Amino acid sequence: MISRRALRRGKSRLMVALMGVAVLVAVLPLFLILGSLILEGASSLSLSFFTNRPAPVGEVGGGVAHAILGTLMIVGTASLVGIPLGVAAGLYASEYRGTRLATITRFVADVLNGTPSIVIGLLAWTWVVATQKHFSAFAGSFALAMLMVPMVMRTTEELVRLVPDALREAALALGYTRWRTTLVVVLRTALPGIVTGSLLSVARIAGETAPLLFTALGSEYFSFDMNRPMAALPLVVYKYASGPYPEWHKLAWTASLVLIMVVLVLSIAARLATRQRFDRP
Amino acid sequence: MSEPVVRLRTESLTALYGSFAAVKEVSLAFPTNRVHALIGPSGCGKSTFLRTLNRMHETVPGASITGRVLLDGTDVYAPGVSPIRLRRRVGMVFQKPTPFPFMSIADNVASGLRIDRSLSKSRIAEVVERSLRRAALWDEVKDRLGASAMGLSGGQQQRLCLARSIAPEPEVILLDEPTASLDPQGTQRIEELVFELKGEFTIVIVTHNMQQAARVSDTTSFFYLGTMVEHGPTRQIFTAPRQEQTEAYITGRFG
Repeated sequence: MISRRALRRGKSRLMVALMGVAVLVAVLPLFLILGSLILEGASSLSLSFFTNRPAPVGEVGGGVAHAILGTLMIVGTASLVGIPLGVAAGLYASEYRGTRLATITRFVADVLNGTPSIVIGLLAWTWVVATQKHFSAFAGSFALAMLMVPMVMRTTEELVRLVPDALREAALALGYTRWRTTLVVVLRTALPGIVTGSLLSVARIAGETAPLLFTALGSEYFSFDMNRPMAALPLVVYKYASGPYPEWHKLAWTASLVLIMVVLVLSIAARLATRQRFDRP
Repeated sequence: MSEPVVRLRTESLTALYGSFAAVKEVSLAFPTNRVHALIGPSGCGKSTFLRTLNRMHETVPGASITGRVLLDGTDVYAPGVSPIRLRRRVGMVFQKPTPFPFMSIADNVASGLRIDRSLSKSRIAEVVERSLRRAALWDEVKDRLGASAMGLSGGQQQRLCLARSIAPEPEVILLDEPTASLDPQGTQRIEELVFELKGEFTIVIVTHNMQQAARVSDTTSFFYLGTMVEHGPTRQIFTAPRQEQTEAYITGRFG
């Protein structure tokens, strides 16, 4: 006869073990991906990979510098537009919660969030590429910004809602105007979370391939011209991974590794920039 | 004692949430440089009444008032009167300490001053020190003015909020159950401060704690179901209330 106590303890251990297994299963793919990227890609990492264009088939020592530059420019432009828009919309939806416009905005954002990125790409193609009659990096940024806005907006809204009303009241009672309260107190309190959320959205769009296929198109050359086709890391991965040559496959692996590294560096930099600075007591 | 000056008063003030009147027809005068306590059971309208005095009441959706609140003879609800300016003349401290979490201790105290951009850095530093001294917090924080305000204890945070509200030199300070979330020691320090600060400010304090009302206030009003049942010198309210309801409440028979 097992005592109730032992039975309870046994059940508890079993559940904890099950949860541990669930955690392992959840993070395992991440480590598998990272592991194979490093295994397959790290060997070709060299300085030239970050400074050169791809070498012709058969030659060694090519790089993806043009695509790193392209990704930074396309994603940077998309972020410049998408993050402020998303944050502003999120602030509005949260601080003016009851209004009809807020409800509609929230609904549209949810629908957009659920829209496959390839559909957004088609939209950008119809609106920008088809009307301008040429592919452009700008069209790519447009598509990526459209993906970003609803993501950033929903995160901002959730985080702003978490700011205690007591802080808003304290600011108003000090003689702050409504907009000053919203910007200086509410937004500032929620800022670390909003930065994290925005970074997640940057990371997500940096890896988007489908919307760039019909917009930025890709290119083999260095380019600063947003009005012309431009290379991007996901496009490089897409092209070289589906090509016939083993050298190309190698390059695709390395480019994937670089893509992840770019996202990582961006995240760390932004974290450092927004870290709260207080004197040590 | 000579007849005290009255600069803040209400005239048949009714405060509504939608169509529900939380405060009904209250006329009260607050003598300058005195502490005035508002007591009564939960939901009696005393906090709502307090919040009409600096127009915080109207920040709640659907809230409105009828009647008048007069500060220096001007109706603060008259068209053209800015609630923003009013709130700088009538400061407020809330039930829970509300330091701004992203600001340092000094910045928290300065936050109400920074609205006025003409103030120099050295002037702000002076006012910060003076306000912290008046809130009896200076000695505890003078070596860590740049540290986060969240590192302070609850009682220290509440004194910080008091320092923040007196920094812009308001004429009136509203205290909405300022010790409800504090331990006995923190409570005692706030009460001592209230007693000291009344030399410079008119103070209105809402409290659930009747001993507190008896200890710190000069006059007391008893609220019940939105009406002001009785009003008078604190000693008289607590020793010889005229109304039966007041007596029932202060002797603990209800509420």
